[in-house]
Amino acid sequence: MAAVAALEAEAPTGALWGLVQDFVMGQQEGPAGQVAADVKSGNYTVLQVVEALGSSLENPEPRTRARGIQLLSQVLLQCHSLLLEKEVVHLILFYENRLKDHHLVIPSVLQGLKALSLCVALSPGLAVSVLKAIFQEVHVQSLPQVDRHTVYSIITNFMRTREEELKGLGADFTFGFIQVMDGEKDPRNLLVAFRIVHDLISRDYSLGPFVEELFEVTSCYFPIDFTPPPNDPHGIQREDLILSLRAVLASTPRFAEFLLPLLIEKVDSEILSAKLDSLQTLNACCAVYGQNELKDFLPSLWASIRREVFQTASERVEAEGLAALHSLTACLSRSVLRADAEDLLDSFLSNILQDCRHHLCEPDMKLVWPSAKLLQAAAGASTRACDHITSSVLPLLLDQFHKHSQSNQRRTILEMILGFLKLQQKWNSEDKDERPLSGFKDQLCSLVFMALTDPSIQLQLVGIRTLTVLGAQPDLLSAGDLELAVGHLHRLSLVEENPQSWMAALEASEALASLYPAAFSSHLVPKLAEELRRGESDLARGDEPTKCSRHLRCLQALSAVSTHPSIVKETLPLLLQHLWQVNRGNAVAGSTEVIAVCQSLQQVAEKCQQDPESCGYFHETAVPCLLALAVQASMAEKEPSVLRKVLLEDEVLAAMVSVISTATTHLSPELAAQSVARIVPLFLDGNTSFLPENSFPSRFQPFQDGSSGQRRLVALLMAFVCSLPRNVEIPQLNQLMRELLELSCCHGCHFSSTAAAKCFAGLLNKHPAGQQLDEFLQLAMDTVESGLSSGPSRSQTFTLLLWVTKALVLRYHPLSSCLTARLMGLLSDPELGPAAADGFSLLMSDCTDVLTRAGHAEVRIMFRQRFFTDNVPALVQGFHAAPQDVKPNYLKGLSHVLNRLPKPVLLPELPTLLSLLLEALSCPDSVVQLSTLSCLQPLLLEAPQVMSLHVDTLVTKFLNLSSSPSMAVRIAALQCVHALTRLPTPVVLPYKAQMIRALAKPLDDKKRLVRKEAVSARGEWFLLGSPGS
Amino acid sequence: MVGGGSGVGSGLLENANPLIYERSGERPVTAGEEDEQVPDSIDAREIFESLFLHLTHLIRSINDPEHPLTLEELNVVEQVRVQVSDPESTVAVAFTPTIPHCSMATLIGLSIKVKLLRSLPQRFKMDVHITPGTHASEHAVNKQLADKERVAAALENTHLLEVVNQCLSARS
Repeated sequence: MAAVAALEAEAPTGALWGLVQDFVMGQQEGPAGQVAADVKSGNYTVLQVVEALGSSLENPEPRTRARGIQLLSQVLLQCHSLLLEKEVVHLILFYENRLKDHHLVIPSVLQGLKALSLCVALSPGLAVSVLKAIFQEVHVQSLPQVDRHTVYSIITNFMRTREEELKGLGADFTFGFIQVMDGEKDPRNLLVAFRIVHDLISRDYSLGPFVEELFEVTSCYFPIDFTPPPNDPHGIQREDLILSLRAVLASTPRFAEFLLPLLIEKVDSEILSAKLDSLQTLNACCAVYGQNELKDFLPSLWASIRREVFQTASERVEAEGLAALHSLTACLSRSVLRADAEDLLDSFLSNILQDCRHHLCEPDMKLVWPSAKLLQAAAGASTRACDHITSSVLPLLLDQFHKHSQSNQRRTILEMILGFLKLQQKWNSEDKDERPLSGFKDQLCSLVFMALTDPSIQLQLVGIRTLTVLGAQPDLLSAGDLELAVGHLHRLSLVEENPQSWMAALEASEALASLYPAAFSSHLVPKLAEELRRGESDLARGDEPTKCSRHLRCLQALSAVSTHPSIVKETLPLLLQHLWQVNRGNAVAGSTEVIAVCQSLQQVAEKCQQDPESCGYFHETAVPCLLALAVQASMAEKEPSVLRKVLLEDEVLAAMVSVISTATTHLSPELAAQSVARIVPLFLDGNTSFLPENSFPSRFQPFQDGSSGQRRLVALLMAFVCSLPRNVEIPQLNQLMRELLELSCCHGCHFSSTAAAKCFAGLLNKHPAGQQLDEFLQLAMDTVESGLSSGPSRSQTFTLLLWVTKALVLRYHPLSSCLTARLMGLLSDPELGPAAADGFSLLMSDCTDVLTRAGHAEVRIMFRQRFFTDNVPALVQGFHAAPQDVKPNYLKGLSHVLNRLPKPVLLPELPTLLSLLLEALSCPDSVVQLSTLSCLQPLLLEAPQVMSLHVDTLVTKFLNLSSSPSMAVRIAALQCVHALTRLPTPVVLPYKAQMIRALAKPLDDKKRLVRKEAVSARGEWFLLGSPGS
Repeated sequence: MVGGGSGVGSGLLENANPLIYERSGERPVTAGEEDEQVPDSIDAREIFESLFLHLTHLIRSINDPEHPLTLEELNVVEQVRVQVSDPESTVAVAFTPTIPHCSMATLIGLSIKVKLLRSLPQRFKMDVHITPGTHASEHAVNKQLADKERVAAALENTHLLEVVNQCLSARS
């Protein structure tokens, strides 16, 4: 029995023996993995491996010994988790001992120790003993890079798991590590070493007397000067090293006395990157330093920063210098002082002021901007700094403004003042007893008003911005100031010729009106109201261009100031009143006038959206009024006046649609329910009771046999019901859907049938899944099928199909694929084919009026990608199968789909579509050409190898298209010609002469934008393959 | 982060004042330029812009490290010194060397000339010269630049072509 057991044990050990021999003596690499796998699966124990290795571990020949230890280490690296505590003790003793061995053996020994450093079953004390042995026995910097890396890994592993033990070593550990890394040169190792130093400091290991040594051993790399070799597989960038070294240097105030002199020295150097790095490091240091660390170096630091900003050669150095000054000041501002210490902030700021103030007063103004930037950087650091600097600089600047008489000089000064005022704003949130600006308020106001009346536009613009900032200071401006300010804004926004000025004035009015609604209500709105009335009478007398533009600006100003609920209550009635006047025929107005009013209304509606109260007010006031106007206009009269017709024009109705939907999307549920209970009956039953001035000459029955004018108003119904939140229940929905469906297939008026189709689609998209939805869909499908088969309303039915498809595609409805297939089938329809091709553009694009996210439609984010993957194969197949005369329809449909797709999604798919795209280049349709070119252009840059195969075709086709009658196609073709130069030079070089000749022609194109592309493409072709490119 | 200025054409400024951060921004595209039918004639700004961009590269490459110049200080080419007549097919560019003894004046002129040759329709007659009174050997340089044969020969010179191409290469 015993013999059998011995044999069984013998057999595997025999195999192990063979593997070991193969590795050690046979110099084969395979067995190591085999042995490790066997140990892992439990066939042998580590002890058995050691026994099998036996003599090779003690072999007198160092190479054999190294080989033996290497095998053991490799096994341990894979199986360290299986080791028992006792085994670990023995192994560690063995390895520590081997550290004294021949240098050939050391790499394998370190590997083994690295494996053991990962062991969980490591007895206390062993980590310290391993590290001591390494520090003592190994001269790390004479090892190759890989082995040095192993040592760092051992240290990192122990630091991660045995922090307490290592800390027991005290400063010896730090010293040991300093010796290990001293002289390290490899960037890969440096990244690890910097990480270790950072941990030493941040985990609070004892540095003892070695602070300076630790600083020396790391700071010697500052500033990092490293350029990664080309094709570097390790991917270490200069920036990685810079950041990890900076993390070390800026990690502790204890380095300050050594680091700050070094930083000053490097800022003063000539090398740009050293300057930048030093300033950025200084910036980082300020986060941990306090006033004690900075104290002795402040004068030098200031001198260096000042010099860099005053004599800057690079905007980046300037920006970093300013950022460093900002951090320094912030650091001084927040330092906690001992009771007896002097506050350095004041003296530091006084220094800055002393050096910068006088530049602000120089008559030649040479250094004003750099000085102002320095002062502002410091002032932006803290409240105290801001007050200190502002109180000293502001009187000076106010004085200077009056000393200079030229507008552009004044503008510079005002811009500086503005900068300081903005900083003041930054510290506003903290409550302060004294407001440093209040003393200067009168001077500032008079100066701003002076600027606002100056003929220089630039000075005006700065004045307007300053006024806005002053207004934002709480409790600064008096009622009198505000009245004056509003007066100026009124003048600028109505009378000023320069568009920049009046746009700025409008913006300022908008900002200030929300802060001072009372001032604007009492001083601006009445003036605008008067202006509007004057405009009405002017319009009645006939248009005069200047007055007309003034009138438009008045409308814009009204909407701009409607930022506060109390103002809306005054402006909205004014605007609506104005519309009534137009409708009553008291004023002669074209559609532009009504559209302008609607645009203003829409802007007011947008401003009201966020405030539920104004939102409700706007909806309740404006929507019935607009509906009443439209309904009245739609009533057939004996002699329909021109004026009323205006309200029914496509563009006017579209403008009204956007007002109504903007006023509806943010409605509260209660109001929405109330409103929907009025508006739906208005359209279905002609119930006009809620409309103002509702004595209409006849009934309103848009869905019955009402006039065509009445039917057009379905667009307004669409605007309302399609913008409601999804949870609002729509009364009489069933009837409404049937009516819409019927109207949508009604031939005669394209506008109303499309509006009905859109409305139907919009409701369908939001309707919850279920039986009712299925019924609606079935109804729609039946209507579509019967309408498409023949008859006069094929094109209307097609529009319905398109919109229903879109509604379902957006929400990923399962039926959408069936509808898309139907649509695709129509591509080969002789009559509807081109329309179907264009339909794909509608499917892929975002609508503005219905099916929008803002209008609560269900729009899945990836619907375009999904549509692409689901349908493009079928489109391609359809293209190949289609007869020649309808092929362009497929190409066009395809190009619409490709064009709307995000480019990153498209790129990997394009090579499979390439042959089709090349064919599409010959398609006569310019839409197809354009979209194909825009697909090919990124492909030339991203997939040059694939494209190189077709270079001959591409060259010919691009050049042909560069003389296309369409300017957009010419531009796109030239961009592709440009991109061709990015193909591998040997591929394109043979075409150089031909290209340069051919590109001479578009250089003389009649359009500048085309010439611009031609110039850059031709320039690039000239450079191809020439020296110096 | 602070102060600064917002852009208008620097032509409006008298430049005594140090608003050096103002640059005329990229030319806005007008409605007329997007209209297929309206022809836009070649104007000074168009030429100036393509030259300015390329001169930025040029000056960077020949910049004297002792006296680093910022782009705003260049003014080697200004739009007012570019004269174009599209109907008469003529262009005249006057450039201002960075300093009166600038040794690179010929090279700058040459590279402007090459850039124009490559970017303008063949019908154009072009004249590149130094802004009067801004260079010590203005006359000699102008003469060289006007001499077709010399320009052609200079461009046969590989070394010179290399430098010019370097300046023209937008990739650098």
